[in-house]
Amino acid sequence: MEITISHYLIVAAILFTLGVFGIFLNRKNVIIILMSIELILLAANINFIAFSTQLGDLVGQVFALLVLTVAAAEAAVGLAILVVFFRNRGSISVDEINLMKG
Amino acid sequence: MDLASTFSIITPASPEIFLVISALTLLMAGLFMSTNSLKIISYSTIIILLLTAILVIQSENTLAFQGLFISDNFARFIKIIIILGAVFSILISFEHLKRSENNLFEYPLLILFTTLGMMLMTSANDLILLYMSVELQSIALYVIATIQRNTLKSTEAGLKYFVLGALSSGILLYGCSIIYGFTGTTSFNGIATFLSTNRSTSPGLIIGLIFLISGLAFKVSIAPFHMWTPDVYEGVPTPVTALFALAPKVAALALFLRVMIDPFRDLLISWQPIIAFLSIVSVLIGGLAAIMQTNIKRLMAYSSIAHMGYSLIGLASGNETGVTSVLMYLTTYTFTIIGTFSGILCMRRNDSPVENISDLTGLSDTHPIMALALMIFMLSMSGIPPLAGFFGKWFIFMSAIDADLYLLAAIGILSTVISAFYYLRIIKIMYFEEAIEPLDAIIDKKSQLALCGSAMIIVFFFLFIKPIHNTAMSSSIIGI
Repeated sequence: MEITISHYLIVAAILFTLGVFGIFLNRKNVIIILMSIELILLAANINFIAFSTQLGDLVGQVFALLVLTVAAAEAAVGLAILVVFFRNRGSISVDEINLMKG
Repeated sequence: MDLASTFSIITPASPEIFLVISALTLLMAGLFMSTNSLKIISYSTIIILLLTAILVIQSENTLAFQGLFISDNFARFIKIIIILGAVFSILISFEHLKRSENNLFEYPLLILFTTLGMMLMTSANDLILLYMSVELQSIALYVIATIQRNTLKSTEAGLKYFVLGALSSGILLYGCSIIYGFTGTTSFNGIATFLSTNRSTSPGLIIGLIFLISGLAFKVSIAPFHMWTPDVYEGVPTPVTALFALAPKVAALALFLRVMIDPFRDLLISWQPIIAFLSIVSVLIGGLAAIMQTNIKRLMAYSSIAHMGYSLIGLASGNETGVTSVLMYLTTYTFTIIGTFSGILCMRRNDSPVENISDLTGLSDTHPIMALALMIFMLSMSGIPPLAGFFGKWFIFMSAIDADLYLLAAIGILSTVISAFYYLRIIKIMYFEEAIEPLDAIIDKKSQLALCGSAMIIVFFFLFIKPIHNTAMSSSIIGI
């Protein structure tokens, strides 16, 4: 079987869906939310690389590299926020983020 | 490439380049200065922002960085509003920062970085710059939201804002990747050319556009993507809420306008119903949910959701009249928000901030000037002529009627009536109820000045309506 662009897109779509559901369905741990965010960004990256190869255009790969750096910065800030939250709350369970009800 | 031509490529971005160099210099200076560097750094950031504003006014209509960056009248108008919002939020933070024991000199610097991100957002002319600038402003804002790191409320609000902000950036990025795949380019001009030459649009492109709209709607806090707004507004310190309510909203809305009107103008038939739906949901949710609120910051959160919904009505018209009306609306929104949040900052009792609506009871007896100013803002937000808010709403509804969006205009006017209920309720509490325990006398001169100044601007806005409208009209053409 030959692997075509649609296979890449399906993998990316599955990763994206997993990421979004990981954020909303997980009730246990905020770290899992951070991992889900990474999944979403990686799904977009797979899309960029697949389209870039398909189109023969380098811009998509440049974009993917920039996304990697942004993802690292975002994870760093996210973990820092998580640490200060843990210091105040003593827990990182999603159920415990309930001081304000939206 | 010689030096002269390199300079000619980057000069259109000189305000941003000036801002980033001075922000980094101040960051270094702050690290090496003694422990009380906060005051010097804060005043320097204000001076830097004012100099940036001068550079913005002087910049010309050009493309820079091979079409990645655009400097046009529209971007200039929005950038001035953003800088105004940033200067205001630094000014009103002085009192608050002085009270916290830490020497938080990072706070004004983070505002500089987020301002930089917001200015780039308004000038983005490419999906790459769109994503990078959104991330620059968001990451700085995540840190600003958590700035009071020893209180649970602020850290929880920061965590919520981070999770939902990162999710929205991810959705935005996924949309960008699909749009790139189906048009073969990331440049806004390239996408516009592609859409005007290919009349039949593939469903894939529409899906990408929907992801992009959802991501942007998160940033503007349009319902049904508004869940984070009330919690974050309530949790973060009030000066930070004032920042959140103004500059990032304006910047994200400007980006929204540019993306929809510039590259995707030819898809107007596809996106107009989506935008119309989003604006209807936001004005109704913003109006109805605010009625139940007891905390004034939560009330302002729902009020800002409704305000952004009204602005989207202007975008739904999809033409220059619509953009003009949004610019007018944002101008009036800016002064109302500056005034209202200065008022909320002046609400202190026994030397600690209070933020319940019931704390305002009998304000007219104890603080007559503050009560009068707050009444002006509430009347302006509910759209009573001849105050500024009336003209903002009037232009928005006129543009909707011009574009034959009668239903949208009707629902907008209906929800103005609903929201008038809770604005008028605050006036009733201030004027017709007896004070149980009066608020402290106002000590913060800067908030007081902002309160009275913006009240004056809102009352006398009708005198300047002609020049402001002319400026908005000339700024409404997106692109060059």
